[in-house]
Amino acid sequence: MANYSTSDFRKGLKVQLDGDPYIMFECNFVKPGKGQALYKCKLRNLLRGTVLDRTYKSGDSLEAAEIEEIQAQFLYRQQNQFVFMENETYEQYELSAEQVDDAWKYLKEGMSCDIVLYNNHPISMTPPNHVVLRVEYCEPGAKGNTATNVSKPCKVDTGAEFPCPAFVNIGDLVRIDTRTGAYIERVKE
Amino acid sequence: MTNSSTDDFRPTANWSNLRLRADMLRRLREFFDSRGFLEVETPILSADTVIDRHLDPFYTAIPPFPLGEGPGRTAISPLPLGEGPGVRANGSGQWPVISGQSEATSGKSPAPDPQPPVPRLWLQTSPEFHMKRMLADGAGAIYQVARVFRQDELGPLHNPEFTLVEWYQPGDGLDEGMKLTGELCEAMLERGPAERMSYREAFERYVGLDPHTADVAALTAAVEKCGIQPPATLAREDRDGWLDLLMVERVQPHLGFERPVLLFDYPASQAALARVRPDDPPVAERFELFVAGVELANGYHELLDPDELRMRNSRTNAQRVADGKPPLPEENRLLAAMRSGLPSSVGVALGFDRLVMLAAGANNIAEVMAFPFDRA
Repeated sequence: MANYSTSDFRKGLKVQLDGDPYIMFECNFVKPGKGQALYKCKLRNLLRGTVLDRTYKSGDSLEAAEIEEIQAQFLYRQQNQFVFMENETYEQYELSAEQVDDAWKYLKEGMSCDIVLYNNHPISMTPPNHVVLRVEYCEPGAKGNTATNVSKPCKVDTGAEFPCPAFVNIGDLVRIDTRTGAYIERVKE
Repeated sequence: MTNSSTDDFRPTANWSNLRLRADMLRRLREFFDSRGFLEVETPILSADTVIDRHLDPFYTAIPPFPLGEGPGRTAISPLPLGEGPGVRANGSGQWPVISGQSEATSGKSPAPDPQPPVPRLWLQTSPEFHMKRMLADGAGAIYQVARVFRQDELGPLHNPEFTLVEWYQPGDGLDEGMKLTGELCEAMLERGPAERMSYREAFERYVGLDPHTADVAALTAAVEKCGIQPPATLAREDRDGWLDLLMVERVQPHLGFERPVLLFDYPASQAALARVRPDDPPVAERFELFVAGVELANGYHELLDPDELRMRNSRTNAQRVADGKPPLPEENRLLAAMRSGLPSSVGVALGFDRLVMLAAGANNIAEVMAFPFDRA
């Protein structure tokens, strides 16, 4: 098993700690001039989302977590299970609604997503940054109103609702930013 | 995300900060020039290096041209160009041996060494040794704006290569040394005269214990009481390690906000190259300057006794080995300079990049240097 020493420490490092995988999301190097170098780190548990504060001294090391990222297509949802298939191996992976979290709002069949595997088990997924969704229902828009500062809720084909500008109509395709849930633009068929 | 792949040729500092940096460098030189200091330059690459428990020098293994005769060295004929690191010298040529590195060849007549030690030159962690050699030769007051190198120091306040301003004033004691450091700080940053606080006062005020007399149990209890999570590998008997932890977590964050703070009389165990005053308990005649929680300068009333230095060197190397670090050569030309007689003096080193950071209101050292480590 690979180890990271303090000189490898940086944001984004995935490590194994007390039996769980963690991501280092903050790492501050502090050192009194003639004294011991310390690394003040914040780590998030990749399974539970809990946060740990840990201080390490120069020369300490942490075990690397067996973390892999793969690309997989979303196949279908079966109650609380979301089924994905790895693009290259056709291996299927199931994620729970809890693991998919808010990303269900963007998931359409065939969409290629990033899935994080820990010891070969999926633990989280990320949809593409931008997705195109079809508006299934919204209040009718005022003709000719192209203002983008007035928004209305639009229900899309994944079942989720997003605020879109007033000129968006039922049947339109809209591009949404999955990191913020924000409307970007209307898309032609 | 910035498109780092195409844009990382650019300086990380903006031009207003780089102009400020140049202006401060000019004012700093004026400060020392007007006080009769002589600006000097000394080697960055040297056969000697300062031995500190927590400072790790970079080194180069490129075979140097002859260094001449010196302690532990053998003159060699110049290596032909093209012989690089790891290439064996042939003929009568020997690798210049740097003292402390090869026990095998010292004291014996030159026997063919099957695995000649790769010669090493050290990138200086500070210009201290060379400047003291100048002092021993009668230099008088000197200063230097030096590039120095320290391995594994990378963070918002650290870059492995940085600019250190170092000065020596023969005849000065701790009090005068602090006075000049405070004046320089006031001239450069205009944050008022520095206030003085002893290391003990600071610990009493912010931690509630006497750092000179508290035992390890009291220190670990204070760490726990403050809610600090100590490194799991911090040895219980490493008293200075516990003091450093409290210093970083509980003392330093308070220092130098209203006015710059000169912290003085460090624990004797943290004397480094400062002389120890035989008070009860003894304290190191060492001080540091803090501005807005940032450690800016470190000064010593310099140790003059070569035997004491040798003792500290071997003690420090023993600690390095215990820490899992390689020992550093203990023989060096500073010892020769001290044996010939070093004048009593104060020496101070100040982090110039941090000084610019404070003037610019920067939060990261990359904002005041053109090309930090990851773009160098």
